[in-house]
Amino acid sequence: MLHDVLPTEQTAAAAVPQARGRAIVVTSGKGGVGKTTTTANVGAALAAGGATVVLVDADVGLRNLDIVMGLEARVRHHVLDVLEGGATLDEALVTDKRVPRLKLLAAAQAREKDDVDTDAFHALIDSLRERFDFVLIDCPAGIEMGFTNAIVAADEAIVVCTPEVSAVRDADRVVGLLGERRTVQLIVNRLRPDLVRKGKMLSVDDVNAILRLPLLGVVADAPDVIVATNRGEPVALDADSPAGAAYRAIAQRITGALTSAPEIPRERTFFGKLFGSRS
Amino acid sequence: MIDFLNRLFGREPSSTTARERLRLVLLSDHLSLAPDVIEALKGDLIEVISRYVEVDAANCDVTFEQQETRVAMLANIPILGMRSRHVPRPPAPPAPVAEAAAATASAPAASPNGAATRRRRRRKAPGISSPATQAT
Amino acid sequence: MSARRIVVTSGKGGVGKTTTTANVGAALAQLGKRVVLVDADIGLRNLDLVLGVEKRIVFDLVEVVEGRCQLRQALIKDKRLDNLAILPAAQTRDKTAISELQMTEVVVQLGELCDYVIIDCPAGIEHGFRNAIAGATEAIVVTTPEVSAIRDADRVIGKLQERGLPLRLIVNRIRPEMVRSGDMLSVEDVTDILSAELLGIIPDDAEIIDTTNRGEPIVLMPEARLATIYTKIARRLEGELVPFTSLNAPGFFERFFGMAG
Repeated sequence: MLHDVLPTEQTAAAAVPQARGRAIVVTSGKGGVGKTTTTANVGAALAAGGATVVLVDADVGLRNLDIVMGLEARVRHHVLDVLEGGATLDEALVTDKRVPRLKLLAAAQAREKDDVDTDAFHALIDSLRERFDFVLIDCPAGIEMGFTNAIVAADEAIVVCTPEVSAVRDADRVVGLLGERRTVQLIVNRLRPDLVRKGKMLSVDDVNAILRLPLLGVVADAPDVIVATNRGEPVALDADSPAGAAYRAIAQRITGALTSAPEIPRERTFFGKLFGSRS
Repeated sequence: MIDFLNRLFGREPSSTTARERLRLVLLSDHLSLAPDVIEALKGDLIEVISRYVEVDAANCDVTFEQQETRVAMLANIPILGMRSRHVPRPPAPPAPVAEAAAATASAPAASPNGAATRRRRRRKAPGISSPATQAT
Repeated sequence: MSARRIVVTSGKGGVGKTTTTANVGAALAQLGKRVVLVDADIGLRNLDLVLGVEKRIVFDLVEVVEGRCQLRQALIKDKRLDNLAILPAAQTRDKTAISELQMTEVVVQLGELCDYVIIDCPAGIEHGFRNAIAGATEAIVVTTPEVSAIRDADRVIGKLQERGLPLRLIVNRIRPEMVRSGDMLSVEDVTDILSAELLGIIPDDAEIIDTTNRGEPIVLMPEARLATIYTKIARRLEGELVPFTSLNAPGFFERFFGMAG
């Protein structure tokens, strides 16, 4: 049973000016399915579309949002510095090189997740919502303390899942932990339409038959995402990237500008492969 | 094929970019994970600089900052003054006559050579004492 | 006689720890070694799924620690490989359910029953990670040739070195054609950056998705490319000097028709 809450809620959101920004946690349970890549790209797409966005890396000790965004050389202070009073929020916020409406609040690398005071983090997210249209929180893998802290202040969640049995199982566990109070939506990442056709990979329908979430978007597996991470340039800012286009569509669904159902990426045709080798 | 056009127009392969970025970020990560090393380095740095200038050791700060193409050490060492150890003292102005006579009387064989005079003066330096009370 | 107790870890999630644990374990069992695999990912267990034994779980690691069953009762013997058994994690508990000391006791006890105890570590460096490495005598660090994975592997290597655990590296999901075109870091780049000794190089291969779907370790399909590679890793663990396979990029036509593995 699909809870088709999505379109109405978002149209309402678009129509009524928000006094407060929206806090969305990007989570999955399983590691390596694309949470950080999704946070970076959805954030970049939202900002490119006109919103003010702050990305918060909640992966203390294993931070990667900075490096995926290509901003690792500009991080001077991190979340724990702000929470502990070692730096102001403005000192810690890093402005993106390409899209000034996009800011990053990095995680601490030399600390542990247990060091984060849950209530203080909650208050920080709340204060960020006063300043930004969107607060996107990149959740660590797993369901330990890092996860608990990351979800605490978000009343919306995006679950990222790849079409693989372990990922679906973990996502299912996470959906249970996110509870009833949160709006939860799904992104299926790294789909390989060729393998789905051959029966060697779960389809989007297979995944959502288990998770039963409103579908925000589907992103096909794309080597250009690896290249983008090498360079620290989110694909959402690349007009030619199909994965980028998928992320941009996701951003539009989040703001309510797009209400149509997400496209399932199709297998590249013979000519598509010949001439369009980017995805 | 993916980065073909980029490389055609002179952009380096993304693996080269990735390698360099990783090298810097790991250096930065390692430094932030070794506070004891940084403390030791800071101590040594203050000690070396103190040989040349007087520093406010309590307010010295050493941090490592990752910049676009390198990791840099930034040291903030407040300097209080120059060290005078290697600079010879200028001679003292001539004392009033009466005191000079007393000094000559109590001091054992006031040597005509400068060395003894300097030695005596150095013994006087830490505290304030009149020539009459000074023991040799 | 006591077993080698190897933890398979990475820092970054999704790089192939569970797949590696399952397949290296199965390969060692095929070589005649007695192997017990331990799933230390309490709350997000997946080793059972990858090996296709999820329907046969009766007891789990937490119940063993809490004394609600004997260790032998919780071990699931693999039906295909005589020498392979699995100790599954609990699914409805969390990682604070057991302590490092308790984990060490279980792992040492298991070590009396077999030649290899291989522990599948959860992602991250929190409590679950600390539990998984407790009681291990050596480590395998798995990474992919991607920036985030390497950075996380570096952090984990630091923590393992703090504990004095000897470690070796597996570079997983390498795509030779992307390395050649400069779009991906090479194995040499990775070992240089991490300064770690190489145990194995595993190419990105879509077949592994299919075998995981079916709960079959790929080493049971001798014609599969990855089967040979995991077997070589097992032989290296046994001390054999096995040269690394040269990974030739697929030819023009294979790329053309999308058959690159």
